[in-house]
Amino acid sequence: MQGDSRMTGVSPNTGWLHWAFDPLDVPLLSIVLLIVMVGLVTLYSATIDTPSRFNAQLINIAVGMLAMWLVARLTPTQLMHWAVPIFAGGLLLLVLVALQGEVVNGARRWLSLGFMRIQPSEIMKLGAPLMLAWFFHQRSQSQALRGGDFVIAGALLLVPTALILRQPDLGTALLVAAAGCYVIFLAGLSWRVLLALVVAGLASTPFVWSLLHDYQRRRLLILLDPTQDPLGAGYHTIQSTIAVGSGGLFGKGWLNGTQTHLEFIPERHTDFIFAVFSEEFGLAGIALLSVLYLALIARAFVIASNAPTLFARLLGGSLVLTLATYALVNMGMVGGVLPVVGVPLPFISYGGTALVALFIAIGALMSIARHRQLVAS
Amino acid sequence: MAQWNPPQRERLRFQIRLTISALAVLCGFGALLARFVYLQVVQHEYYMTRAEDNRIALVPVAPARGLILDRNGVVLARNYSAYTLEINSKKTTDIEDTITRLAKVVRVDSRDRRQFKRLMDETRGAGSVPIRTRLSDEEMARFAANRYQFPGVEIRARLFREYPLQTLASHAIGYIGRISGRDIKHLEESDQLESYRGTDYIGKTGLEASYEHELHGTTGSAQVEIDANGRSIRTLSSTPPVPGSNIELSLDTRLQAVAERAFGNYRGALVAIEPSTGGVLAFVSHPGFDPNLFVEGIDPQHWDALNNSPDRPLTNRALAGTYPPGSTVKPFMALVALQTGKRTPEYAIDDPGYFTLPGVTHRWRDWKVGGHGRVDLQRSIVQSCDTYYYGVGNDVGIDAIHGLLSQFGFGAKTGIDLEGERVGVLPSQNWKREHLHQKWFSGDTISVAIGQGYFTATPIQLALAVATLANNGVMFQPHLARFIQDPRTGERHAVASDPLRSISLDQRWMDLVKQAMVDVMRPGGTAAAAGLNSAYSFAGKTGTAQVIAIKQNERYDAQRINERYRDHALFVAFAPAENPRIALGMLVENGGSGSGTAAPIARIVLDSYLLGKIPESMPELQPTEGVE
Repeated sequence: MQGDSRMTGVSPNTGWLHWAFDPLDVPLLSIVLLIVMVGLVTLYSATIDTPSRFNAQLINIAVGMLAMWLVARLTPTQLMHWAVPIFAGGLLLLVLVALQGEVVNGARRWLSLGFMRIQPSEIMKLGAPLMLAWFFHQRSQSQALRGGDFVIAGALLLVPTALILRQPDLGTALLVAAAGCYVIFLAGLSWRVLLALVVAGLASTPFVWSLLHDYQRRRLLILLDPTQDPLGAGYHTIQSTIAVGSGGLFGKGWLNGTQTHLEFIPERHTDFIFAVFSEEFGLAGIALLSVLYLALIARAFVIASNAPTLFARLLGGSLVLTLATYALVNMGMVGGVLPVVGVPLPFISYGGTALVALFIAIGALMSIARHRQLVAS
Repeated sequence: MAQWNPPQRERLRFQIRLTISALAVLCGFGALLARFVYLQVVQHEYYMTRAEDNRIALVPVAPARGLILDRNGVVLARNYSAYTLEINSKKTTDIEDTITRLAKVVRVDSRDRRQFKRLMDETRGAGSVPIRTRLSDEEMARFAANRYQFPGVEIRARLFREYPLQTLASHAIGYIGRISGRDIKHLEESDQLESYRGTDYIGKTGLEASYEHELHGTTGSAQVEIDANGRSIRTLSSTPPVPGSNIELSLDTRLQAVAERAFGNYRGALVAIEPSTGGVLAFVSHPGFDPNLFVEGIDPQHWDALNNSPDRPLTNRALAGTYPPGSTVKPFMALVALQTGKRTPEYAIDDPGYFTLPGVTHRWRDWKVGGHGRVDLQRSIVQSCDTYYYGVGNDVGIDAIHGLLSQFGFGAKTGIDLEGERVGVLPSQNWKREHLHQKWFSGDTISVAIGQGYFTATPIQLALAVATLANNGVMFQPHLARFIQDPRTGERHAVASDPLRSISLDQRWMDLVKQAMVDVMRPGGTAAAAGLNSAYSFAGKTGTAQVIAIKQNERYDAQRINERYRDHALFVAFAPAENPRIALGMLVENGGSGSGTAAPIARIVLDSYLLGKIPESMPELQPTEGVE
């Protein structure tokens, strides 16, 4: 037992250090911290006029890392025990939102708990893959997974997705659905069914189009041609593309982005922070950040691949794919090739909820990493 | 390997799927990287330009408008700098509420509100619109202390136009006003719109309009870094504007003031010209108006008062008033008679007081009942004998009259540097055919010969014709502007003053006619009273133009008819006769007779110009400071 051998021979005065670092996966932590550093440097530039946000983000990171550490201390089995309560609780809150949520900007997304407001759909980003991983794990205990299991899993995923879609919040609904679909895919949904679903999905596009809200359709249309509405819905895309393109090979330099500092980039500390990064650090910066993300993803893939149980594998695999999706969608949105949906850039965008959720996911991956040999032996 | 248990198979399948996912993620990053290479390398320059366009705004800097000065440097139109309070409607949410709250800090009266509303409509809310002009220091301080309450309201230093002498020479100077939609169209057509970016005002009438190009100057520009809200952050570079040129007039403010005052309560017009240059010394259309009222857009009360006044102060009588010239044309008719050889200076008629044509019962009556007795050419001018000219007209014919009088400028624009000039009518056979579709009758010529009938002329035409005669047939185009001056270097260049034409006339005939005009002002002449004891030799000719037709056997009785139906009084003059320095043509509407009302006004004007005499009861002429 490697873990145990590390424990022996440690002097008592460094015991607390060991206690603190033992649950953590050092490679994963190092990469995440590097990305966080890049994020803070960028956020400093983006929030130069409102330094309080920078300080708030430092607190968010501290809270997130504490959450990561706490989750990392759990065993995958303990995580599995949390799957059903979290999913059920999240579902309950989603129903409450539908019944008496607060309407902000025409959408019913928030639930007031008196002392704070929460967005229950955020819970489902972790809750849905947890639940599905738990479900497949349970079904595979007695026998190999069957087609019926996948149907039930699909139904389990459909409920929260539909509830979020009708808030309406297309972006989050798609991300929750994606997280669940990754679990279903990794669990081994047959290629034939997968192909059939893709074909059916494409065929139903006109139908889905008719279900979309006007503003959602407009976002998609404007993605095809942002110049249709340069001062309205197309403004975000046009200005962020200008910021990225004007950055060039090496960028305009830290704190020197004109698009950023003359306030042409909207949401420059949250969803569009990548435009700030690209303008000031150029293609070289993007290459560096891509390498960091790919390293994070690669390390997470290794962890998921070596996971001892089906639950751990599916959860780990879907978490890393979700994280990759966030990064790709956000960068694609800033680069003007994907529609404007509210997806933060992992570990870089300002915002407490998303950051804490990401650190929890990293914590879960660390928990899986630490316990791979325990069961394998 | 074939005996894998289910967990192992399941594990392998998971790893295959994970690998496929990893490849997909890698592809995703690859595609994005390609996109960013495209944006940041291939399209970099394009997006760099777009970013610069975002960042840098070219802000026009309006030039200061040129001044208008009289021949002695007296300022007739100038600029003053004042602070205005302006509302930017794009940055103000509730304009009504803002104005209401603003009124508690600075004075905003109902006139300011109306003005603001009108300007908002005119500009369609683009840019900032002033709610108050000419803020006092105290108001500036009060607003500055409260400015945080008024987003979108800003203080701006602006140049305003001011006409310090108010109504003086208003019809010559004209005024500027806010650029209207029509002005924009006009500027667009002449390809000048670009140079008016940043300019709010444009010349509307008078010299302000005709010398708009010189007065306006060239718009400068500043490269300003702006943020997404359009706030300027700093100035990067700037090209200063070139101020407009000053216009120096031949007009003599003192003479102008004397002339305007001499009209008293009469309506009329007077144009005085320097015969040797064509320079306009006085340009009166009385009554005038205060051009300051028009700069910011005239308010309805003032507009109604001016527009509905029976005195029609907005009509430029000197330029656009067409009147029968009456007997003032007799000197020119005499020249026609002499030139055609139909009359010699010695030839004389016996005037019975009327003229008849063989076979026509109509009698053309002389103004003097019983006639003038024996009348030769000299006496025909001195006594203003109608009968003599009826005969002249009949003998020379309309073609000869039209031929010479058109050379003196009748029936055509004089080309003075003001817009809105009218031509009147110098009748001819062609004119009658074209306008009345009738044949010319010889009887028509008879009225024309005494400046009646179809004949009409403007006061400026009369002035030009008499100035040309005074200058022995050499005609200079009348012009108000003498020099265009560069305000930076002081360098000035003269406005072209080459003779327009030289009328080929025997000098003897001209001397004869001019001498007769001198005699008009002497005892025995029709204007002897006005010429009494003048210190210089003074040539003139009176005229009277009927406003209503008098029936064949009726007498004209000035006492009996309504003032508005009284005859117009006309007068042309030049002095000193041997070396004319000033010539004038004038008209007094409903003045009665040329000798009674017009000639005395001319005497005051000539005395002032030639002797420096200022009539008593004339207040000292000092530019008044400020308007309102």
